[in-house]
Amino acid sequence: MDLNILWFILITVLFTGFFFLEGFDYGVGMTIPFISSSENNRTLVINTIAPVWDGNEVWMITAGGALFAAFPHVYATMFSTFYLALFIMLVGLILRGAGLELRGKHESYTWRRLWDWAICLGSAIPAFLWGVAVTNLLRGLPISDKMIYMGTFYDLLSPYTVVGGITFLLVFLFHGMAFLNLRLVEGSLTHRMRDWAIRVGALAIFFFLVCIAMTYTLTDLFRSTLAAGLLFGAAICFAGAYLASFHRRGIPAFIGSALAIACTTVAFFAGLFPRLMVSSLQPEWSLTIYNASSTPYTLTIMSIAAGCLVPIVLIYQGWSYWIFRKRLSRKDLELY
Amino acid sequence: MDVLALSRWQFAITTIYHFLFVPLTLGLSIFIALLETCYVQTKHEEWKKSCRQLVKFFGTVFLINFAMGVITGIVQEFHFGMNWSEYSRFMGDIFGAPLALEALTAFFLESTFLGIWLFGWDKLSPKLHCACIWIVAFASNLSAFWILVANSFMQHPVGFIVRNGRAEMTDFAALITNPYAIGQYAHTLFSGVVTSGMLILAVCAYKILQNGTARDAFEKCMRYAVIYALAGLFAVMGSGHLQAQQVARMQPMKLASMEALWESADPAPLAAMAIIDVKNERNPLEINIPYLLSFMVYNQPTGEIRGIHQLQKEYEQQYGPGDYKPDIQGLFLSFRGMAGIGGLMLLLALVTGLLAWKKKLNAHRMFLRLLILALPLPFLANSLGWYLTEAGRQPWIVVGLQKTAAAFSPNLTPGEVFISLMGFTIIYLILAAAALYAAVRFIRRTPAANDRRDA
Repeated sequence: MDLNILWFILITVLFTGFFFLEGFDYGVGMTIPFISSSENNRTLVINTIAPVWDGNEVWMITAGGALFAAFPHVYATMFSTFYLALFIMLVGLILRGAGLELRGKHESYTWRRLWDWAICLGSAIPAFLWGVAVTNLLRGLPISDKMIYMGTFYDLLSPYTVVGGITFLLVFLFHGMAFLNLRLVEGSLTHRMRDWAIRVGALAIFFFLVCIAMTYTLTDLFRSTLAAGLLFGAAICFAGAYLASFHRRGIPAFIGSALAIACTTVAFFAGLFPRLMVSSLQPEWSLTIYNASSTPYTLTIMSIAAGCLVPIVLIYQGWSYWIFRKRLSRKDLELY
Repeated sequence: MDVLALSRWQFAITTIYHFLFVPLTLGLSIFIALLETCYVQTKHEEWKKSCRQLVKFFGTVFLINFAMGVITGIVQEFHFGMNWSEYSRFMGDIFGAPLALEALTAFFLESTFLGIWLFGWDKLSPKLHCACIWIVAFASNLSAFWILVANSFMQHPVGFIVRNGRAEMTDFAALITNPYAIGQYAHTLFSGVVTSGMLILAVCAYKILQNGTARDAFEKCMRYAVIYALAGLFAVMGSGHLQAQQVARMQPMKLASMEALWESADPAPLAAMAIIDVKNERNPLEINIPYLLSFMVYNQPTGEIRGIHQLQKEYEQQYGPGDYKPDIQGLFLSFRGMAGIGGLMLLLALVTGLLAWKKKLNAHRMFLRLLILALPLPFLANSLGWYLTEAGRQPWIVVGLQKTAAAFSPNLTPGEVFISLMGFTIIYLILAAAALYAAVRFIRRTPAANDRRDA
């Protein structure tokens, strides 16, 4: 196996970690303005992700940095292609981060309600836009022989990519609700969460299936048996998660949605392989792990670094979840 | 304005804004870690209690600042690909590595352990808890190292070869031991110490003036902070001096421009003040201190400093026709502004030290008010320093390898960049207002800590 393939796998791992971890952060964030009118309940819900959201977001930052280091042309083309979309996503992420950290610093009703909405929008926007980005990448973009995007912002929006965005948003919302059911002490909040999860989950399954059908007709993902298998696996896991939450089984519900997200991410990359960005103008103009990569020297250095560091990161991030493993209840309302 | 100009404005605004928060993160994390070490180590009950209050108090101030640094930092990471795709292609083989390493070695550590530290007061032993903030301090300062390695390559490229139409890395060790990076790192780290030192002095001054229940704790804290600030100030000046000597060797045009030295001179004087006529390329009026520039660069009163005219000719020969002069007026003023503010802060810190030593801080309320008013100074000096560094390498984005005008994303329209430029500016202004409001309110209202049971 050459280093280019190794880095393709590593990028897949980083995006999988990102969608799994930030998936529930986004989901939890989206529920906040609706979850309860009680200030204590909202704080409680925020406190389930407060110690960990920032560490989770680093998965996205690392995925971006790894793209830059290993496949600089992909980083350059992708980020300039999605220019306005990324700008909107950054505004969302800024709002969410500011909301999560500033909300508790001032005891005022208006202040907190405003930041609640900032957190909600700031979670929904990136969730939606990542779905739009992923489906755009699968469908292919008008990329020239110089690896430059020839379209406009509006070309990024089509029925397929909007469905992709809605699917991501709903799946993350369900994932976040499943996470909350694990992190909160059993009570009225978790009951409400479960009722909602059943409704949101039904919608998510519907859009997920529509999205898979459109992927089948509009992209070449199904040419890869691995990708096709994983995508069906994801659908089955998600259906399992839905059934589990219906039967009030918290742990299987969360594991199911986590697996669905992981399988979808891996399917996405497997469907692209060995490309990272598909040119809709000429297949040979696509950016691949070979024509878009760094030199073997840089890839070697980065492989050593990633090989040493990623396991350590997993250990201490795992430890942080272990420290905060106890379900939160009214006693854990201290504000930060 | 075209895409290039708009992109430059956007990068300048977002970077300077981001760097308002970064130095505070670097310095304040170390100070809080020191305070918490006091808390863990001391046997003195009263001081132990004060330390815990102070750690929690400054921990909240730190958190607001850290959050602002994080959310504006993501913008920076995305920027290279969004607005500077041709730069990213040309430089990716070298520039991407330190950025990815920054995330892998530092961002994960600092954000994970900050989360544990914030929410782990009751869940960890005091020693383990204290170790967490030390890890945060270490990781923050490590991240600064990686990003400065990346920036230093743009100022002084090392360990590379230009091949296949791009710069390719040939020596990773040379990249991370770039002498320019070492100098720049020291200067940045110590400016972080100064920034946080001045902030703590201002906050303590405010709390002493306020005369609340925790006044004594803040007075004691001030005594430590002034030592911290003074150490930072001496170190920032020393490292700044060494860095200027490096600039003289590695970026002679930057040095000549920040001194507005048009003609080569040996020995070269230092212009204390000058009126610069950029159009006619001369200084109609200047007040010179003879020998000083040569002395500062070579540690002896003689030595040639090449002037702007000579360097322009040399670059034309080496790189072809073009204008290789940066913003001379701006560099000249920003250098003097930065150094002057440094001197002013040193004066303030020395007086504070004297008053603290004589235990007379309480008696000089006017001076305490002055310290609060002086709070913008370190932030201004930091911004001027970065202006000097970045404007000083123009017209290059990577000195000698790629020009800024060749680096922007060709697929963007001015309209798109205009929207994002306006958007970032507006949201950053709103954020600044919100964060300042939250921080000031918190500082004003909190007796000593957000943990009122202790107060």
